[in-house]
Amino acid sequence: MTDAGVSLTEKARGPRPKPPWARPGGTGRGPGEIRHLGLVGALVLLGIVGVVTEPDNFLTSGNLVGILALAATIGVITVGATFVIIGGGIDLSVGAVMALASVWATTLATQSYGPVVMAVCAILVGTGAGLVSGLLIAYGRLVPFIATLAMLVAARGLAQRLSDRKTQLVRPENDAIEALSTTKVLGLPLVVYIFAAVAVAGWLLLNRTTFGRRTFAVGGNPEAARLAGINVRRHTLTLYALSGLCCGIAAIIIMARTTTGSSTHGDLYELDAIAAVIIGGTLLTGGRGTLAGSILGVLVFTLITNLFILNGLQTSDQLIAKGVIIVIAVLLQRRGLRSPT
Amino acid sequence: MSDNRIPSRRGLLFGGAAIAAGGLATGCTSNSDKGDPTPAAQTGALGGDNDKPGKKVTIGFSAPAADHGWIAAITKNAQAQAKRYSDVTFKPVEPTNDINQQISAVESLISAKVDVLVLQPNDGEQLNQVARKAMDAGIPVVNLDRVFPDKLSYRTWIGGDNYGLGVAAGNHIGKRLKDKGVAKPVIVEVQGIATLPLTQERSKGFADALKAFGFTVTAKQDAKFTVETGNQVAANLLQAHKKIDALWNHDDDQGVGVLAAIKQAGRTEFFMVGGAGSANAMREIKAGGVLEATITYSPTMAGSAIRVARLIAQDKGLADLVERQVPQSIALASETVTKENVDAYLPLGFES
Repeated sequence: MTDAGVSLTEKARGPRPKPPWARPGGTGRGPGEIRHLGLVGALVLLGIVGVVTEPDNFLTSGNLVGILALAATIGVITVGATFVIIGGGIDLSVGAVMALASVWATTLATQSYGPVVMAVCAILVGTGAGLVSGLLIAYGRLVPFIATLAMLVAARGLAQRLSDRKTQLVRPENDAIEALSTTKVLGLPLVVYIFAAVAVAGWLLLNRTTFGRRTFAVGGNPEAARLAGINVRRHTLTLYALSGLCCGIAAIIIMARTTTGSSTHGDLYELDAIAAVIIGGTLLTGGRGTLAGSILGVLVFTLITNLFILNGLQTSDQLIAKGVIIVIAVLLQRRGLRSPT
Repeated sequence: MSDNRIPSRRGLLFGGAAIAAGGLATGCTSNSDKGDPTPAAQTGALGGDNDKPGKKVTIGFSAPAADHGWIAAITKNAQAQAKRYSDVTFKPVEPTNDINQQISAVESLISAKVDVLVLQPNDGEQLNQVARKAMDAGIPVVNLDRVFPDKLSYRTWIGGDNYGLGVAAGNHIGKRLKDKGVAKPVIVEVQGIATLPLTQERSKGFADALKAFGFTVTAKQDAKFTVETGNQVAANLLQAHKKIDALWNHDDDQGVGVLAAIKQAGRTEFFMVGGAGSANAMREIKAGGVLEATITYSPTMAGSAIRVARLIAQDKGLADLVERQVPQSIALASETVTKENVDAYLPLGFES
């Protein structure tokens, strides 16, 4: 994780500077696919464990839908985090910003304007916080690790301040927010569709647009990217705003799921998001990675939690399992790196 | 990088939108709409001659900083009770979650020579020394909830009963299921932070009480006292058990998330019991739904602590007891709030 602190110049000297015009994703062949296969394999393996240990409960539509709904919050955040990390940065503030957005959107004043304003408010607060981090990093020249760490602490504090450290309930007249998780279309609650929409939009943005290509370029070698005519600073700013936007959307989902806004929401999400991105095969130093991998990473973690609870095991064992998986994934990632692209 | 171009149109639009957003957002932060319901308009059972103004006393008060509704209610309740008495000067110190700061805050109260101290330590072990110092200086200490290990460190302890809370929940669930005639019930437990002694005591009390009915806990899983973790754990637990007869959730704040998970899963076949006694949980009980009861662990104890401290300083006893002086320890009963008695308890509920 401390890798995140590496300076831009250090990254410029990185192993294999990739030309910014290289194929987006840069992982079309070779290690990328192997890594994905590994994750799909892990998912299948976990699925088999589920079927064997809990044959009656695991493969039910209710459980599978439940897993997707649980993954929605952290999944949306992970999409934003993937962009930031591919762009050579890190965002530690995601959980705190989501908490702040949820609290801001559920204050009595905001709630009096109805559910639409609440949702817009959450998105604006998230994006705003992301912009602040982005400005500090891109124009204030703060190391991303420090800037977003500061945002983590400050956003959590502001959330506590606004809510007076209380749990703010979504009021009955705004139950359209809650309906996002209770209304089902084709068997899936709406929050899952939000998650899917964000993931698809993110994938298109990363793989099918100039913006995405520039993200890889900036993360891979900022100096080369600058020489190629990319406004690196503005691009960096946009990446953090994008991450903030995702936090805002995640705040809407968490409000829908818990029917509350609270400063305690999103505790340690930054670690979950970074872990999912990393086991998804994205380089922590930037320049390489895939969105599909990150999403698979989120699903692996959510599935583990589900399996452990289905089998009545304690949370402490879950944490150990997650740690082991991160280490294995990163070891595999390093093997992949050594082989020529 | 020379960036002295004229800002692009897109840039201007974007900047403008951001500023507008900021303006809009700042208008949305107010939280003061309805008047804060005063939690301690309670008058309680204590009374008799003791309520009449007596010797003037100064009560020092130190508690952890509020990080959730229950702790916030502790300070509010203490304040409200102190205000009721014309002979009490209430001297609170800045609440803090830092052990060192709380120690120096208590030291400042000792050197200010208050008549009596009400102390809820962040950690009983770590504040034991300074409480002892107060006692040695002749200032009686009323120990609130988190107990000091050394009996010489406090004059009176008043607090909740975590084991009793579990027992009350177990009794309620056991009796309900027995009356229904369920033979092998599926009983599920959503705990708080598993590593805390208070959680372990609650779980032990619950299991012990159920044993008396011949029942056992089918599954338990720990959440972290937050709404989000309550939601997450409950959502998974509900998947693990297709048919549940009763669910006990340790804490009403995380219970908001548990209730949301139950609603999202569309489950109605079981009933749920809570813990702590938040106003919100009581409103749910009153409305009638899956949450059927909650067991109190009431922050009103802070109000009682102030009253007891006042009596100690005035050298009086509890009116309804025979003894001349206030008892050495007072453990609150864990009261079961159901639809039948919820109206009486609502004023005592705290906003989580």
